[in-house]
Amino acid sequence: MTDTAPAAGLGRRLAGTLHRRPRLRLSLLLSAPLFWLIVAYLGSLAALFLSAFWTTDAFTSNVVKSWNLDNFVTVLSESVYRDVALRSVGVAVAVTLIDICLAFPIAFYTARVARPRHRPLLVVAVLTPLWASYLVKAYAWRLILSEGGLADWVFGPFGTEGPGYGLAAVITVLSYLWLPYMILPIHAGLEQLPGNLLDASADLGARTWRTFTSVVMPMVFPSIAAGSVFTFSLSLGDYIAVQIVGGKTQLIGNLVYSNITLDLPLAAALGTVPVAVIVLYLLAVRRSGALNSL
Amino acid sequence: MNLSRPARIALRIAAGLGFAVIYVPLTLVLVNSFNIDRSSGWPPAGLTLNWWEQAWHSNGARAALWTSVKAALGATGISLVLGTLLAFAVQRYRFFGRESISFLVVLPIALPGIVTGVALNTAFRAVLEPFGVGLGMFTVVVGHATFCVVVVFNNVIARLRRTALSFEEAAADLGADTFQIFRDITFPLVRSALVAGALLSFALSFDEIVVTTFTAGPGVQTLPIWVFSNMTRPAQAPVVNVVAAVLVLLSVLPIYLAQRLSSDTAGTSRI
Repeated sequence: MTDTAPAAGLGRRLAGTLHRRPRLRLSLLLSAPLFWLIVAYLGSLAALFLSAFWTTDAFTSNVVKSWNLDNFVTVLSESVYRDVALRSVGVAVAVTLIDICLAFPIAFYTARVARPRHRPLLVVAVLTPLWASYLVKAYAWRLILSEGGLADWVFGPFGTEGPGYGLAAVITVLSYLWLPYMILPIHAGLEQLPGNLLDASADLGARTWRTFTSVVMPMVFPSIAAGSVFTFSLSLGDYIAVQIVGGKTQLIGNLVYSNITLDLPLAAALGTVPVAVIVLYLLAVRRSGALNSL
Repeated sequence: MNLSRPARIALRIAAGLGFAVIYVPLTLVLVNSFNIDRSSGWPPAGLTLNWWEQAWHSNGARAALWTSVKAALGATGISLVLGTLLAFAVQRYRFFGRESISFLVVLPIALPGIVTGVALNTAFRAVLEPFGVGLGMFTVVVGHATFCVVVVFNNVIARLRRTALSFEEAAADLGADTFQIFRDITFPLVRSALVAGALLSFALSFDEIVVTTFTAGPGVQTLPIWVFSNMTRPAQAPVVNVVAAVLVLLSVLPIYLAQRLSSDTAGTSRI
């Protein structure tokens, strides 16, 4: 026990100082990460959105730092941008609805029907593809939908071909990519559902369907809303999957991407569209209290 | 809920179909890396190990793999430090703005990658270029670390919530100082959560493409960027198929390990 003797010196004194001053400890803990996240990250985000109020010289493509709303007027008034923005929101809504329909039976099975012994294994089975490479998952669908690929082979006997690349393919791939994000919260919600509520409902004479609509659905709704935050916002910002399977389809992310080098202020203004929609969506979901179950 | 027998069977079938939908594309990628047909037609006319051999000798893919590993290691290191510091601050102290920290941490991963990417790109060019630091490995690591912090933070804070303070108080009563307590008590308690967070953050960084596109500059090519830029080249298709298969196998591993290490975590989701 000699090393704890007063002779331990500087380290021990420093430890004492830290121990007596919780505020000092706290500021040491917080300074580095907050510098990184607030100054570096939020700072660059703020700078980007400020640059949306600048313009680009059409001739030299240099950014001119004079404040105006031109870019936002362009984004809102030009039909190309409006159409693409609406299409992007439509795709995000479609993906969310498809994922709810696909995820619910799977989550219901893993949380309530499967034997309790098997449940952890099933959760891992959902988690694993969630972490598999985004790019590879999109690439897998590129292979499936390619000419002479799996889709053509499956649809061949029915006398048709696979859907090929395009808007339908984009919706399919995005639904596939974000499906686990929907299954997991619904699974968690269903798992926490107290069994005695279901028994009580049955004792009071409700049949399966009635129990489902009056007991299960209202209690699982926050989980569905939580899952939809992911499916909706991840779809809205995507542009890679669109490039891989979208054919000529364009979503808002592609427009941002194609404008970056030539007209950064316009790209920034376009980028505010998904961010604004996502923030509005988050606020709406928060009102329903679903964010607490994230 | 007392489900009727037909309802049970229907659910079972629906879930089975759902799992099939989840796993068929991934399996297809694995099988396709052996497909003898260069254009990846289905069903495969035959199987071959040729492409694996070819991929093994592909310099581009190999260089990209090392770049990815280096970037992921760097980002994991930084996010381990930052995420742990934040988790301790949020869980152990009360301060102004504490509630918004968890929101702030999620932001880099919740906002569209392209927005984060462009923002970092313009900031790097404005701030770093005057110092002679161009876009490159350093900026990739910084960009990745920004969104990897959240997984470490979530893992560590979940662990801290479940560990009582009484061990540390007992150690302090017995005369241990702040550093000894951390070394002998706190660190062992959170160690496996740190490993799980590190694995997940490595996986997250290894797989990232959007932020990488904007922070990488012309000379740096990570594996996802390599795959993406070679995806449409017919000559490279077989090698891309093998790399894709390797990525599927590699991504499964960290998840499996993280799951084993830390049951409270692996965040039920990525976020």
